[in-house]
Amino acid sequence: MKKQINFPLKMHRRYWLQRFQKFGLFTLGAWLSPSFVFAKKEDADEAIQKITGNAKIQDGRVTLTIPPLIENGNLVVLKVSVESPMTANDYVKAIHVIAEGNPLPNIFTVYLTPRSGTANITTRVRLADSQRVWAIAQMSNGSFWQGSAETLVTLSACTEMV
Amino acid sequence: MSKTSRTQVTVPASAKKNSIIEIRAIVQHDMESGFRYTESGKLIPRDIIRVFTCSYNNVEVFKADFYPGIGANPLIIFTTIATESGTLEFKWLGDDGYAAVNQARITVV
Amino acid sequence: MRLATSLCFTAFCCSVLLAAPASIAANTKQSSYELMSAENKAMQDDPSLNPAMFWVAEGESLWQTKLGPKNMACTSCHSDAKKSMRGVATQFPKIVKGKLQTLEGQINQCRSAAQNAPALAYESKALLALTAYVAVQSKGMPIAVKETSANQEQLKKGRQWFNERIGQLNLSCAQCHEDRSGLKLGGSLIPQGHPNAYPIYRLEWQTLGSLQRRLRNCMSGVRAQQFEYGSPEMAQLELFLMWRARGMPLEAPGVRP
Repeated sequence: MKKQINFPLKMHRRYWLQRFQKFGLFTLGAWLSPSFVFAKKEDADEAIQKITGNAKIQDGRVTLTIPPLIENGNLVVLKVSVESPMTANDYVKAIHVIAEGNPLPNIFTVYLTPRSGTANITTRVRLADSQRVWAIAQMSNGSFWQGSAETLVTLSACTEMV
Repeated sequence: MSKTSRTQVTVPASAKKNSIIEIRAIVQHDMESGFRYTESGKLIPRDIIRVFTCSYNNVEVFKADFYPGIGANPLIIFTTIATESGTLEFKWLGDDGYAAVNQARITVV
Repeated sequence: MRLATSLCFTAFCCSVLLAAPASIAANTKQSSYELMSAENKAMQDDPSLNPAMFWVAEGESLWQTKLGPKNMACTSCHSDAKKSMRGVATQFPKIVKGKLQTLEGQINQCRSAAQNAPALAYESKALLALTAYVAVQSKGMPIAVKETSANQEQLKKGRQWFNERIGQLNLSCAQCHEDRSGLKLGGSLIPQGHPNAYPIYRLEWQTLGSLQRRLRNCMSGVRAQQFEYGSPEMAQLELFLMWRARGMPLEAPGVRP
């Protein structure tokens, strides 16, 4: 059906209303785009900054394991593993886990000692949405190392009426 | 009068000296995040466990800070070196005066 | 978030229903355990990881608690649950003194008749704990609900509930769980819907809950008026579901997403 360029006054109004509607939808779409949804990433960055100060964070040595596809975000098994000899001179002092997509970025922090044996931790966390999660390891020599994992969170079917 | 709940710890009964042992600790707690609402729209206040510690013959060997992002009935699995025979004590502290304690004995050979 | 989810659910329902149906062949009963992730399976299998064990521990404690004017505990009549309750959960719902009773209903019946204590509310910590404790005594045993002359009528009603379209979405249990099990609804695989793991620690609820709570969730999922807790309709549907799952090992207390 060919679009007519010359149409009566009534159609003019309808034509512009439709254009504005499309623009409105486009704006709504842009508003809902990833850059808006993950504005929480700034909170995550801020939380990480509070931990490390202005120190450089190196990538590596930290492995964060979360299932890539999650059936329900209420209880997600999360494993952090940091490579370290865990001796009195060289050990992991703390591991901080930060979520980019949760209402609060900090999820947990563990404090280890040379008596820990390993820097392997397993726990179960809440993930509010599909997102990237970070683990920041603070070493005994003051250095920081980081690792991350990205995951998709789905919702189980037939949930409760609240 | 503090409130408390059931806990369960899994520690090997015995271990070789200086071997690395795995410890599992789980506690029954709703970990109310503070982000949920009732049907009538009222915000349910935050009520979570905040700190977990493990002491080995009275020396703290592990500590964890929990935030609302920790799942209900929190589980933590960590390791420690079996240095000597004795008692491992586990403590959970939380909002609204919550406190729970559990112990396990270990024989180190 | 919830509105978007329910709209998506409606949209996906329409797309799923246009897909070709695939019915369960005889002897291919599958537990929804098989559809879970490895982590969630491990959560169910390992008592040191399964949060439901707290309710089992509570149930063990309640089993021994004396109460009521006659100062009776469950132990007073049933002594050691490990012996007396073995196999019991696989037989419910069943006709007891002319009435179709679910396991929860029977526990409450014992409380009022033998202990002279008030009935426990559905989904209360105490009733869930006792149900979990009784159910775990039959863990691994095959579901033993059979069609008998006594339960025939009730079973027929249960089958009718299962096959009847309900709710604003006008769907029956059978349309998803019989005809389209194994297909996907949104991001999730549709299970056959067997009650073989109840009571379950449902990740969605973040707590332990009964089969009736889950069935009410199903009914709210199709925007239907939910059956009331403890109602005859619930018992009939439970009876049919347990009969449909006969032979499957009881996984209680289970973990489900």
